[in-house]
Amino acid sequence: MTTTLATEDASATPLVQLRNISKTFGGIKVLKNVDFDVRRGEVHALLGENGAGKSTLIKILSGFHHPDEGGELTVNGAPVAFSAPRDARNAGIATVYQELLLFPDMTVAENIFIGHAPRTGMALDWNEMRRRARALLDDLDSPDLDVDARVGGLSVANRQRVEIAKALSQDARLLIMDEPTASLADADVRRLLDVVRRLRARGVAIIYISHRMPEIFALADRVTVLRDGALIGTRPIGEVDDAALVSMMVGRSIDQLFPKVTVPIGAPVLELRNVSFKDEVQDISLVLRAGEILGIAGLVGSGRTELALTIFGITPATSGEILLNGEPVTIRSPRQARDIGIAYVPEDRGLQGLVKAQTIRENVSMALLSRISRASIVNRALESSMARDAIARFGIRARGPEQRAGQLSGGNQQKVVLAKWVATNPKVLIMDEPTRGIDVGAKSEIHALMCKLAGEGLAVIMISSELPEVLGMSDRILVMNGGRMVKTFDRSEATPDVVGAAMTHAGAAHGRAEQAGSAP
Amino acid sequence: MSLDIAAPRRSASTGVFARTIGTYGQEFIILAAIVALFIVVGFIAPRFVSQTNLTSIFSGNAYIAVAAIGMSMVIISGHIDVSVGSLIGVLATIAGTLAVNGYPIWIAWCAPIVVGMVITSLIGALVAYVRIPSIVVTLGMLSILKGGLISLTGGAWITNLPPDFLIAQFRLFGVPSPVWFMLGLTIVAAMFMRYTAFGRSIYAIGGNPEAARVAGIRVERSTVAIFAIHGFFAGIAAILFATQLQVIQSTVPAGLELTVITASVVGGVSILGGTGTVVGSTLAAILFAAIGSSLIFLNVSAYWLRSVQGLLILATVLADMARRRGVK
Repeated sequence: MTTTLATEDASATPLVQLRNISKTFGGIKVLKNVDFDVRRGEVHALLGENGAGKSTLIKILSGFHHPDEGGELTVNGAPVAFSAPRDARNAGIATVYQELLLFPDMTVAENIFIGHAPRTGMALDWNEMRRRARALLDDLDSPDLDVDARVGGLSVANRQRVEIAKALSQDARLLIMDEPTASLADADVRRLLDVVRRLRARGVAIIYISHRMPEIFALADRVTVLRDGALIGTRPIGEVDDAALVSMMVGRSIDQLFPKVTVPIGAPVLELRNVSFKDEVQDISLVLRAGEILGIAGLVGSGRTELALTIFGITPATSGEILLNGEPVTIRSPRQARDIGIAYVPEDRGLQGLVKAQTIRENVSMALLSRISRASIVNRALESSMARDAIARFGIRARGPEQRAGQLSGGNQQKVVLAKWVATNPKVLIMDEPTRGIDVGAKSEIHALMCKLAGEGLAVIMISSELPEVLGMSDRILVMNGGRMVKTFDRSEATPDVVGAAMTHAGAAHGRAEQAGSAP
Repeated sequence: MSLDIAAPRRSASTGVFARTIGTYGQEFIILAAIVALFIVVGFIAPRFVSQTNLTSIFSGNAYIAVAAIGMSMVIISGHIDVSVGSLIGVLATIAGTLAVNGYPIWIAWCAPIVVGMVITSLIGALVAYVRIPSIVVTLGMLSILKGGLISLTGGAWITNLPPDFLIAQFRLFGVPSPVWFMLGLTIVAAMFMRYTAFGRSIYAIGGNPEAARVAGIRVERSTVAIFAIHGFFAGIAAILFATQLQVIQSTVPAGLELTVITASVVGGVSILGGTGTVVGSTLAAILFAAIGSSLIFLNVSAYWLRSVQGLLILATVLADMARRRGVK
């Protein structure tokens, strides 16, 4: 019933159109000559892996980034140039980001009208503000949401509604939603989809970013796929299916890119038996062997990183058993994990991996300062030679061990973090997003290093959002969703289609499994 | 830093030199400033470099340099202590009271160190385990100590200090003991920060606490220890302060905490944590003392000292920001 409106307007000028848009950061072209348009009353899904250029594209649309010379951005057929987010907002483009940008200590009404509150003379017109906030929320089918409630006390779903109401209060004609359902429970997802349909029926254009295929097929009118910053294609939703979209997203020759070396797989090193952490990691059992690379795939929020944090003792397991070399171990802190031979190369280098102000030498020795000290005096000679070894072994491009880590490129920083952990001589190496934000050349170097380490008998767990990386590097692949293991694949049986399907459909499959379990 | 980037390939000798400048740039600049100040002011007013005045500059301000050593460690670890001035006042009063009331001299000397470490450990525990920002904890502590000091002493000075107690007036090879304390403690602390595992973890904690934790450093425990060490230096500073005159006033020089913090920051300790050296803070403390004294010799109102101090802080923080941007 809602699609009639969309098709009527489809023939007219697109509401927003991008032509030949590129964006270069520090010499790297992250968006390459992309054409894209959104029509009134249309839900246009934007798909792509992490790093495909989706965020850059929406940041150009919302005025945070300027596109490179040579591209054109039109709103209602008229060319525009946004110099600040404010310009985009004035042109009727609003964005609901994944991390909601609200003021937790203000009320719902205040948040909706911040910056453009109704006034009577000099003073704010509180009654008018509350009345209009009420009307907007009722319009979003949220009569239960109190306009005087403090936003900090609301659920994620309700905060999201506040964010949408805020966009509508500024007469948004295009609403960009960045993974709006990533952190919502099932019931809230359904309500959100209803809200999106309502908005479409009122003629609002929507760019909808999500990794969840069922939502895209339930909502979108058209879908655009980006890969490596380039436009792969825009298709009406009726002309594509799951498999077609996944192969558009992934479609590249994996064997060429990933220098996977098959090494003999040895004895079990790490074993997890029904390990859980609160409800974030539920009932995980697995066996990891020496020389094996176990890839963990799953969407953001599927519990991948949480599993790594639990194994490494940052969020110690609340139940279950962990065995190392067949012996039960308790891991209550990163320090304990480190001391029994588990290493963790974190997802966010800047936050958890590297001390940028310190030198390569100081970073490499950080996790084993006490081991290379006598009477608590650090053995400088040993430390320096370790750093020089690391530079040679990991191919770190630096002037020498005394260069500050912050001056290195992303790929070389990652090698420093890797070197730090390998220096502890671990038995198990957990790498969370080992190549995020690293250029292609450095990526394959990191991959080659992983293979080399596995060849030396290290057991490796690799968590990655990039399907090709998971498929290309892993001996075995474990797919997670909602904190649970939903499927495991051997290297031979893993194809982009089946793993991609397991990642995106797992939620539905899992839901079904639960129903089946509770039925009898 | 930028120097290094611009010319990555050069002969080993200049490489080492440039790197040393890069690592200890701030220290060299301050040392140069001190030398220049003595030359210029000494030329205009020769009495500025007389032995009496040099003694007064170095010996009279050594306690600030000593306090700045501990402060530097706290700031390098990513925290701050704005209560240090009042703390020194309280500890000095404790030492003096014990000495006057006939307790053994060694007790009068040790008590402020122990009490200082207890108080700062408490601060450290609140910061590390209760996760209250250090500026808030120490602002509270500042008022508690200041109020407590005035109520306890009633503003009265402590007089009739036994001569044996006045350690700051002892001399070794003709040099007043505070200068020896300043030099010795600076060297020991510098070695500690540079060569021990714990010293190095202080930099890691200040540079990136999450990374330090993930690397297995016990961040909370270390934070308490860092504050305790700071209390140790505050205790020694208090003894030097208490024993430099024949009486102990119940107040400390106004803004002492700021002077101490300024010495750290101007000495190259990043206010954001993670970088800096105690050598720099000691040099900066000497620079301030010299500036203060030179203002008198140049017939400039001493009130300008505050403004100069402020200017130096701003200039240093700006330079630090610029440097960080370069590193990032």
